[in-house]
Amino acid sequence: MIAGINIYEILTLTSILFFIGLYGFFTRENLITVLLSIELILNASALNFVLINTYLYPDLLQGAIFTIFIIALAAAETALAIAIIINLYKLIYSVEVKDTETMKY
Amino acid sequence: MDFSYTILIPLIPLALFVILGIFSKKIPPSISGWIGSLGLGTSFVLSWYTAYSYFLGGKLNGVYQTFIYKTTWLNFTDKLHIDMGVLIDPISVMMLVVVSTISFMVHLYSRGYMKGDDGYTRFFSYLALFSFSMFGLVLATNLFQMYIFWELVGASSYLLIGYYYTKPSAVAAGKKAFIVTRFADLGFLIGILLISYYSGTFDFQEINSLHGSIITNWAATSFMGLSVITWGLILIYLGAAGKSAMMPFHIWLPDAMEGPTPVSALIHAATMVVAGVYLVARLFPVYYFVENGFALQIVAYVGAISSLVAAIIAITQTDIKRVLAFSTMSQIGYMMLALGVSKYDGHEGLGYMASMFHLFTHAMFKALLFLGAGSVIHIVHSNYLKDMGNLRKHMPITHITFLIASLSIAGFPGFAGFFSKDEILAAAYENNMLIYVSSVLVAGLTAFYIFRLYFGIFWGKDNTYEHTPHESPWSMTIPMLFLAFMSIAGGYIPFSDYISADSIPFKSHLNLPLAAIATSIGFIGIILAYVFYKKENNLPERFANSFGVFYKWTYHKFYFDEIYLFVTKKILFGIVGFSAAWFDKHIVDGTMVGIGNTTVAISEKIKGWQSGKFQDYAMSFVGGGVVIAMVVFYIWIN
Repeated sequence: MIAGINIYEILTLTSILFFIGLYGFFTRENLITVLLSIELILNASALNFVLINTYLYPDLLQGAIFTIFIIALAAAETALAIAIIINLYKLIYSVEVKDTETMKY
Repeated sequence: MDFSYTILIPLIPLALFVILGIFSKKIPPSISGWIGSLGLGTSFVLSWYTAYSYFLGGKLNGVYQTFIYKTTWLNFTDKLHIDMGVLIDPISVMMLVVVSTISFMVHLYSRGYMKGDDGYTRFFSYLALFSFSMFGLVLATNLFQMYIFWELVGASSYLLIGYYYTKPSAVAAGKKAFIVTRFADLGFLIGILLISYYSGTFDFQEINSLHGSIITNWAATSFMGLSVITWGLILIYLGAAGKSAMMPFHIWLPDAMEGPTPVSALIHAATMVVAGVYLVARLFPVYYFVENGFALQIVAYVGAISSLVAAIIAITQTDIKRVLAFSTMSQIGYMMLALGVSKYDGHEGLGYMASMFHLFTHAMFKALLFLGAGSVIHIVHSNYLKDMGNLRKHMPITHITFLIASLSIAGFPGFAGFFSKDEILAAAYENNMLIYVSSVLVAGLTAFYIFRLYFGIFWGKDNTYEHTPHESPWSMTIPMLFLAFMSIAGGYIPFSDYISADSIPFKSHLNLPLAAIATSIGFIGIILAYVFYKKENNLPERFANSFGVFYKWTYHKFYFDEIYLFVTKKILFGIVGFSAAWFDKHIVDGTMVGIGNTTVAISEKIKGWQSGKFQDYAMSFVGGGVVIAMVVFYIWIN
């Protein structure tokens, strides 16, 4: 419980964070920044878990534990994505999204 | 009496066919000819022995007995089963003698005629196959067995007509013969099914039984004013007419002369083409008793018309084998009309006996004519009358035997053809005046065209030949001499003691007034031919010109081939086939092609959705998720 701040304000903040991530995911040209956008989305949801746990069920810990899981998952996912991007770079010498569009009709 | 050994008569040629066919590359020609001739010689001896013992001891109380040895081949149900076996009765024994004699002679002759040919062994294996099939047909105990062998002789005839398979005309002739007879055989098959459906059996003896269901009960069913049985018999006759080259199915026979000449002698003169006559004779009681012989009337008239038309065409042909082919057709017409005018009991059944008698003598002298023609063609290397002439000094044996055969077919007194033709004319005279008059006319025409051939080949103009003509080797002349002997002696066999419609021997005698009429007409024909063709002159040309259009029509065989071509090419292929093809191409194919094209067009439009940009996919995914969420939310709040 944070004094002077109400749950709606914080939920608005995390929604903004989520949609910024989403917007970045759709529009960035560079695969690394796309990855950063994914991190933003994940962080927005992790923040949501913690806050809802704190505000609505202060006696329980599930939300916090889920957040830890999400952080671990995000780390693994980032490692995997970075590996893919490095391999892609070795293959086509580029990390631009527009160069990965060969898998089409 | 035990005749079970007769099964060997067809089995020996079958074995020959298998051996010569499989090892045709390994067996040298010098041996294969002997193997074939020896095998057929055995069948020949067995057949004559069978005839000897059957006609001497086959009678019980004055009636010739029928001996049947059979085994069930295919057993479907108690009623529907197909037997295989041999049936020994007067006509089958007579046919055995005819087939084995001609086949044996042709084997001997072919050893000389086909010498040096590439497919020598193949030729003998085909001959053996044909002999096997023909023996099987003759000995058949039931309609279905006969049908099987009927098709087998058709197939071996096809193989032998197309023997020179590098020659396009021979291939076409083989195809034509096969297709035309197959077409007629469709009628035969439907006829068999009709008859056996109503009689409950395929067996000849049960079908022919005077107390059987067919003969006593034919009136029970009718279709379009005729008994169904009569329709069945007419359809069976269709098959017989196809095989025996009766009008209008005769078009294949002249073309079949593309085959080697011994084949023409064996298949297209003496044996296979008379299978139709044999079939009608085999079912004679049914033909005679059902619907008072309505189907038999058709047999008679078709035979009479065919014999007249063929004799007229034969006069104008220039290919000697084609003259003989039309002559064969005309003589088979004789046999058919004799069967057609015959009655059943005793002396009334004269026509039946006469038909079989003529079948026998005709086989001998017509095979001889073909062998003689083959001997000439062998030397001259041409089929055409214009390339021949004045050969009598060079080929004395061929000349004499050809003359004997010509006199025989022309009905010269004392020769075999005279006796059998006289019986036919007597039978026709007693029963049908119209047919009698046409037969007498045919007798005159026959004498004319055969002596036109004789004088054209052996007298007439003095041709210059590339090689000096010489007599054929002994292997060819010995069979000719034997057949010449048969062409005279065959007439003195007392046929009515052996063969009659009701299997009871009767006494027949020469009908002198009728014989005198026929003989004098024949004389006129011979004398006309003598005047026209003995020495080269312009009489034939002037005569032909005076007939004008009629001569042209006859020369073109009354345009039968052209009519068939018109019907098949223009009407069947042109109109029916063309519209069917249009429907198939545009409606059936069009539907399928349309479905395919529509799919392609749609996919062409929507394939851009798969752009390969993962951000687009993510956008669609999120957009879809949002839409679903909105829908769920909307439903939830309501």
